[in-house]
Amino acid sequence: MASEPPGSRVPLGAEPASLFSRRTFIATATAVTVGGVAVASDVVPEPSPQATGAPVSGRVSLVVNGEGRTATIDNRTSLLDLLRERFGLTGTKKGCDAGACGACTVLVDGRRVNACLTLAVRLEGAEVTTIEGLAPGGDDELHPLQQAFIEQDAFQCGYCTPGQIMSGIGCIQEGHTRSPGEIREWMSGNICRCGCYVNIVKAVEQAAGTT
Amino acid sequence: MHPFSYTKVSDLAGALAAGRRGGRYLAGGTMLVDLMRESVERPSVLVDISALPLGEITATAGGGLRIGALVRMAEAAAHPSVRAAFPVISQALESSASAQLRNMATIGGNIMQRTRCPYFRDVTAACNKREPGAGCAALGGFNRAHAILGASEHCAATHPSDVAVAFAALEANVHLLGPDGERSVALADFLLPPGGTPQREQAARPGELITAVEIPAHPRPLRSGYLKVRDRQSYEFALTSAAVALHLRDGVIHQAKVAAGGVGTVPWKLPAVERLLIGERPSQALWAEAAERAADGARPLEHNRFKIELLKRTVERQLRVVGDLAGGTA
Repeated sequence: MASEPPGSRVPLGAEPASLFSRRTFIATATAVTVGGVAVASDVVPEPSPQATGAPVSGRVSLVVNGEGRTATIDNRTSLLDLLRERFGLTGTKKGCDAGACGACTVLVDGRRVNACLTLAVRLEGAEVTTIEGLAPGGDDELHPLQQAFIEQDAFQCGYCTPGQIMSGIGCIQEGHTRSPGEIREWMSGNICRCGCYVNIVKAVEQAAGTT
Repeated sequence: MHPFSYTKVSDLAGALAAGRRGGRYLAGGTMLVDLMRESVERPSVLVDISALPLGEITATAGGGLRIGALVRMAEAAAHPSVRAAFPVISQALESSASAQLRNMATIGGNIMQRTRCPYFRDVTAACNKREPGAGCAALGGFNRAHAILGASEHCAATHPSDVAVAFAALEANVHLLGPDGERSVALADFLLPPGGTPQREQAARPGELITAVEIPAHPRPLRSGYLKVRDRQSYEFALTSAAVALHLRDGVIHQAKVAAGGVGTVPWKLPAVERLLIGERPSQALWAEAAERAADGARPLEHNRFKIELLKRTVERQLRVVGDLAGGTA
């Protein structure tokens, strides 16, 4: 490990422009490119899993919308990618892929979570509910919250809607629907770029009163 | 994201063995998976500790609380004992992140979380925390959200946690289990200011595991609360925050515990504010006088000078809110 304190390349009060000099950029880019890992000269890289022979993939069996599923996956696979790319359940949406927008919200063992930050390999035996599992009877049947989104005109482009609805189900189950203000606060993990928040709150309020 | 092997451990001995071999502990994953995707973190072995028996909240002798490291943020916030004894903890937790993230993230992971400094997360920017010796893009860059307290010439990133501010105010201890056995460290000593080693953010030793955070007993009745000021009303990190806990007897403040968030490289205890309160009777003038000391020692950067006044006002407001609960202001 480092025995010397790190030097600061940029003095206090330096102009922002000096931070992103061509030299800094090239140095950083080179470190990233060579060997694929940015390594400071005094940091010993950890052995890669390939070098140690440890497997970088695994098998997971879980229940999705009531149906048992098994897949062999790269350990890096998120639940979101497993659902969309392997199981063909594209109702769950990828927005930021960083836990910041809520578009990927699903229920895991009854709790609303961000599927993008959930490593699928961890979900052995878990029960996952996605937007496709809310009204499994067919296209004519809707969950009360889905119906409420239509009646309250709670979307425009619709991209965030599956996440909004799954989050709304969690919000209702948790009992955080006693006022519009409470719904707004407990739905804040779901961003809507069309700005349908007023009607989303109304839809959650409507469904909370009927479920 | 770099490839990694994955193992799930079922007991503490198995966890420590895997940790000793260099495995990286994985709890809620909301921070680590995110940073791995950005290539900021590149662990080669993940050790899933979610099945370990660290998910309990228990009362300790005298009225303290022991919160297991794997208690999820949502569970801790909603727990009746937490809500009754230390509302400041529940309020701090519920003002953090989103409902989804709070259903995933754990108390231990919250203490271990890394900074949200955008330069730390951007692998093309210079960051001494990510790459010791590389320099700090924040010091001469856009530093509106950065620390005014505790920064060094190498780093000015804030500690992002809200609940750690409540824990700091309440003088919590972090319980650790490692190859050399158990130990307990004051949170104030566990979270490290950057100094000359900004890459080292916690005092955990290699292979050590957080088992619990313990809140010591405080004299009762204790009134407490958390105020968070941010650019949007929800789902945002603090620009400033204040955790306040007051114990009054016969109309006099006998104990005052105050800490600030969003302003320090670690949760920032405010002993000068506390000292001014103790032995005094609540009044609007007292809150203002004490809060005037909230930013003692502050060294603002180019874009965050506003935090000095904002911090004073945040502390004053929360002293007033909690002080009124604690026995009324004359």
